[in-house]
Amino acid sequence: GLLCLMLSTALRCLRPSSCTLALSRQLAHHRHPMDPSGPRPVETTIRTKLTQALTPEHLEVINESHMHAVPPGSESHFRVLVVSPQFEGLSLLQRHRLVNETLREELSTCVHALAIQAKTPQQWSSNPSLAKSPPCMGGSKHDDTMTEKLKAGRD
Amino acid sequence: MNNVLRSTARCLQSGAWHYRTAQNNGELLSVWARLMCSSAAQTNLEEMVKKDKVVVFIKGTPAQPMCGFSNAVVQILRMHGVDNYAAYNVLDDQDIRQGIKTFSNWPTIPQVYFNGEFVGGCDILLQMHQSGDLVEELQKLGIRSALLDQEKQS
Repeated sequence: GLLCLMLSTALRCLRPSSCTLALSRQLAHHRHPMDPSGPRPVETTIRTKLTQALTPEHLEVINESHMHAVPPGSESHFRVLVVSPQFEGLSLLQRHRLVNETLREELSTCVHALAIQAKTPQQWSSNPSLAKSPPCMGGSKHDDTMTEKLKAGRD
Repeated sequence: MNNVLRSTARCLQSGAWHYRTAQNNGELLSVWARLMCSSAAQTNLEEMVKKDKVVVFIKGTPAQPMCGFSNAVVQILRMHGVDNYAAYNVLDDQDIRQGIKTFSNWPTIPQVYFNGEFVGGCDILLQMHQSGDLVEELQKLGIRSALLDQEKQS
């Protein structure tokens, strides 16, 4: 009972999340941080999870980290646009909670900000526009926990 | 026993989230005090979101927001002439910052509460503003949006 719980908790800690993978890859390959062909494991994971969970008709996953006070190559700030029939009949809050739940692991580790647009196919066809994020006000610069988060890829 | 009561009392003071373990007592007491703090923190958050009609948790202050998304919330409220609201700066207090995420079951800041009920983050508030729903919701709170008066003038 207790031993099993301790073991499974320990194993969960040892399994690399997409966030720790992102960091170890960046360190291992010595690629220029602004290299567009570089690996983007967090973006990929977000895309995969949202696709599997919400079967979107349209999906955009945009890494907006470069707009914020974090190092180049970061995968910390994202904007997602999800168009899915699963949102029919759901309030904005319910839709956003669905997205948050899908990305719970990422949001509790290295994804620091997530801007969400959650539309039904009808809403999207009547207004196919991607919202813009407001300009950064440098909050991450003054945020002690950001350094730890970016280093460790963990909470 | 007095020391434990004192450290717990310090815990429950508004704004004072930190505690000091009693000098003569060991870890067990500090764990107990911490547990008291956690439940005090939880109760405190519940009080905080209910104390005022409009409550926001942001990075920075309404006068000086430290994050674009938090600033958007402040600006929207300002546009509607809502100037009497409670704003808690999560950068000042890591306990509130983490606590409110657990309490709301919402992973990010800013967070908006109307009448003790969680409304959402910046995206939701913005969409409510754009759709006109925000004027309606404020009306339910007994707050007349400044935008209604602007419409009258034009």
